Amino acid sequence: MEANTRNTGRLPAAFLTPGSSSFLDFLSDHSPELLPGNRSLPPVRGAVEAPHGTTIVAATFAGGVVLAGDRRATMGNVIAQRDIEKVFPADEYSAVGIAGTAGLAVEMVKLFQLELEHFEKVEGTQLSLEGKANRLSTMIRGNLGMALQGLAVVPLFAGWDVDREKGRIFSYDVTGGRSEERGFAATGSGSVFARGALKKLYRAGLTEEQAVTLVVQALYDAADDDSATGGPDLARRIYPVVTVVSDEGFRRLTDAEASETARAIHERRLEEPDGPRASLL
Amino acid sequence: MSTPFYVSPQQAMADRAEYARKGIARGRSLVVLQYTDGIVFVGENPSRALHKFSEIYDRIAFAAAGKYNEYENLRIGGVRYADLRGYTYDREDVTARGLANVYAQTLGTIFSSAGEKPYEVELVVAEVGTVPEEDQIYRLPHDGSIVDEHGSVAVGGSAEQISSYLDQRHRDGMTLAEAVELAVQSLSRDTNGGERRLSADQLEVAVLDRTRPQKRKFKRIVGSRLARLLEGDSAPEPAAEEDGTGTAADADTEE
Repeated sequence: MEANTRNTGRLPAAFLTPGSSSFLDFLSDHSPELLPGNRSLPPVRGAVEAPHGTTIVAATFAGGVVLAGDRRATMGNVIAQRDIEKVFPADEYSAVGIAGTAGLAVEMVKLFQLELEHFEKVEGTQLSLEGKANRLSTMIRGNLGMALQGLAVVPLFAGWDVDREKGRIFSYDVTGGRSEERGFAATGSGSVFARGALKKLYRAGLTEEQAVTLVVQALYDAADDDSATGGPDLARRIYPVVTVVSDEGFRRLTDAEASETARAIHERRLEEPDGPRASLL
Repeated sequence: MSTPFYVSPQQAMADRAEYARKGIARGRSLVVLQYTDGIVFVGENPSRALHKFSEIYDRIAFAAAGKYNEYENLRIGGVRYADLRGYTYDREDVTARGLANVYAQTLGTIFSSAGEKPYEVELVVAEVGTVPEEDQIYRLPHDGSIVDEHGSVAVGGSAEQISSYLDQRHRDGMTLAEAVELAVQSLSRDTNGGERRLSADQLEVAVLDRTRPQKRKFKRIVGSRLARLLEGDSAPEPAAEEDGTGTAADADTEE
């Protein structure tokens, strides 16, 4: 039997083994070298120089959730890329935005998208939103070795919960710890400033349009105070990536829509550089 | 100890082929037809959960007649093959031809290996192109051969009868409603020339629709949309409605 399965071009046994609906499980069975978690870095001194993505923000609104990210990647004090994209659809009803080492982050997203799609095709049904969030948790944990060497990947996951009919946000730490956020969340180097802005401007029952404005405001504030976060680049026409997940599924705002919001905020800030003011009491 | 009988290789292969063919013939037939916007899969299947048609990859779908556990195994193998290939190279590098080859090798090896029982399955692998000329349909019988089909194909119990019926009536550029109507007619004639009426809940229908905006072109047609299609409502679906009910994802969960 064994001789038969070799060099015939037939599907190897791992392909036909029933049981698992997970692409990651299949990879670890069949080609473990493709799994990011199985790589080990040689010991290095100091930080590895690689482009890092920065700020991601999210906020829920009445009919869903908005997830947005700035467009800058930095490497030390150099701007490595001005138009990087850090927010992606995870599947039809969720989105993921990633701060941290850009190369690893993009690979993780690709694998995460595939994991969800694979499950959906094999099982004929989608994972629950919690299930998706847990899978992502496992993947981040797999990257812990790298994270300890300075190559951390810290995502923000947002999606429409089909069963509970509401938008939800999950944040993570480098060890894969997962927590659900109420209302809004931010991750990455500019997140401290973004969270401050979100905290002051967020309120329950926002409309989709207001939520979009809110997250772009927060990114503007992050860019204002954090050198690693890029603001809207009006000269080059590079605007934040803004995505919306609702019961109609995932949608990325077009460049025209994103530019309209970013320009409106920019216009207002020419008069009031610190942005809208919340009341004192 | 009994003395082993000598069985000629021809006889052994003929026996195995007959065994497989009988197994496949016990299952119900299904048909795959090209229409102007893609490829439609129609089969008689009272089950809402155990599918005969499935998505393999963006533009590729799978149909199978025969023994469920065997084709389900091959289907999952195909999904794994496609996802791994797309991950290693690029999504564009996953092709129906490559998948059909792997299936053919797998079926062929199993068929001719004396230690294994031949699979009682017949598969169809289809890929929708950007224009009808680029559509590909491959039929894979139980023995590992590949047949490159055009226009229409039937597999399962009375495949020959249905194929010849379809060959005479299928033409290029049919609408979805016309193609489904033809498919249902061909399946209704299934039993010894007698006519039956197949209703929406006895049918499984899916399409690879090249006009879908998403990269995943596979979509199941279920519920009221299928009923309307069967009533010969040839008016094109309003795009908004299609988007509303419309992803491969939620079409799957609708059942």
